[in-house]
Amino acid sequence: MTVLTSGTLTGKNLHLSFGHNHVLRGIDLHVPQGTTASVIGPSGSGKSTLLRVMNRLIEPDQGDILLDGRSVLQDNPDELRRRIGMVFQQFNLFPHKTVVENVSLALHKLRRMPKDQARAEALEQLDLVGLRHKAEARPADLSGGQMQRVAIARALAMKPEVMFFDEATSALDPELVKGVLALMADLAQSGMTMVVVTHEMGFCRNVSDTVTFMDAGVVVETGSPDQLFTAPETDRLKRFLSDVL
Amino acid sequence: MDAFQQFLKTFFDWKAMGEVIPQMLTVGLPNTLILAIISGVLGCILGLILAVMGISRNGVARWIARVYTDILRGLPAILVILVIGIGLGPSFRMLTGSTSPFPLGILALTLMAGAYIGEIFRSGIQSVHTGQLEAARALGFSYGSAMFLVVIPQGIRRVLPALVNQLISLIKDSSLIYVLGLLASQREIFRIGNDAMSNSGNLSPLVAAGVLYLILTIPLTHLVNFIDNRLRIGKPAKKEPDDVAAAVGKGV
Ligand SMILES: Nc1ncnc2c1ncn2[C@@H]1O[C@H](COP(=O)(O)OP(=O)(O)OP(=O)(O)O)[C@@H](O)[C@H]1O
Ligand SMILES: [Mg+2]
Repeated sequence: MTVLTSGTLTGKNLHLSFGHNHVLRGIDLHVPQGTTASVIGPSGSGKSTLLRVMNRLIEPDQGDILLDGRSVLQDNPDELRRRIGMVFQQFNLFPHKTVVENVSLALHKLRRMPKDQARAEALEQLDLVGLRHKAEARPADLSGGQMQRVAIARALAMKPEVMFFDEATSALDPELVKGVLALMADLAQSGMTMVVVTHEMGFCRNVSDTVTFMDAGVVVETGSPDQLFTAPETDRLKRFLSDVL
Repeated sequence: MDAFQQFLKTFFDWKAMGEVIPQMLTVGLPNTLILAIISGVLGCILGLILAVMGISRNGVARWIARVYTDILRGLPAILVILVIGIGLGPSFRMLTGSTSPFPLGILALTLMAGAYIGEIFRSGIQSVHTGQLEAARALGFSYGSAMFLVVIPQGIRRVLPALVNQLISLIKDSSLIYVLGLLASQREIFRIGNDAMSNSGNLSPLVAAGVLYLILTIPLTHLVNFIDNRLRIGKPAKKEPDDVAAAVGKGV
């Protein structure tokens, strides 16, 4: 699989409040092109919000977002999001469309490909996640693991420069987690730039290049997996790791 | 003649029915369907506009939709039909030269149906999980495209039963435009039955009209139940074991 050789993503001093709830309190996150950054932290620490702010599903109150060193805050946010694929915990496949339509919709409507070409392209993406034979099924007829792989194919079809995963395996039955994680690891291996919010500490350790530990809207520690897992510096991270490991 | 004979003669006088049925089928039925279907289609368009306004982030749009809906749902149908049909009648005649009460009758029915359908659509659209909008926007769709391609189609699907109920109401309410005065060729089912009753002093033509309404509405009622069950139970789920090997073996 070919991956575009661009996509260094940087968030600088990002702040966001929901009303009086100051959820992001000056987050810095630097993801060099072709690397995988895992983001871990307790529930409610702002991990999902960080992803949504970095692709401008929610506009930050303060701070900057850079893609390949250039600020994207002045760009059209819809165009920014075409460059950043996103995969959700609950898959969020479109239930009224078939599997292949889920993947081809954006190719046809946003990339303006003719319907046949969008479909052919979508089938190819489905092939890469091993689900070409499910092309005509409805999402409701798939297992959770299959749904998530379709969601990944849907995001990859847009040829994004960066991929976001928000707890992509948390809603899956344990026996289905492996397949999705393997797919994500393959993708990381192939040189995709990825930000992965996860509770899968195995994936964090073995696949990611950097790990960022967030708590209460701030980055508490960031570094290589080895650094964070074998020599955590803060009490907060130590407590978190002893809870999850 | 005993009481039972009298009863049969009043309500089930086959001869009186037979005389009125051909007209009911050739004139009344098409007119009723024209009124109900056109105002149903226009009401859906108006309803969709009102629903989109009702959930818009623009407070003024929301307020207009709210006030409109409150007013048109709160008035008796016959009052709206009279006020619009008679009030706008002269201007309409001057503008178009047409004396048909149909356009204004359809307008009145549409304005009322739009208010109800707007609420139906709005509740349907709001019941779609926010993850759907988010997923579409994450792909790069604008708010408008995401709504029209992803959210609204799902919302409408969920309220199809309520929508069919609305069509049933329109079939029944279309009878009210008789108050605007109809030429012989413009009469719908009820008016034809009513005229025949006035002429003969026998209720059987109205019974025939009632039966004809039921022939239209009862299948629709059952269609509602069918759609409702289908939506609730859905097609039987056939989940299969995850074929992990396929994904891992192929690589990405
Ligand atoms: N749309 C929203 N409106 C208001 N508050 C929100 C919204 N989304 C998130 N929050 C709040 O922001 C805070 C951080 O939420 P977020 O979902 O980012 O946490 P998280 O780290 O992803 O947690 P989890 O591990 O449970 O997914 C929480 O207090 C949450 O209640
Ligand atoms: Mg989250």
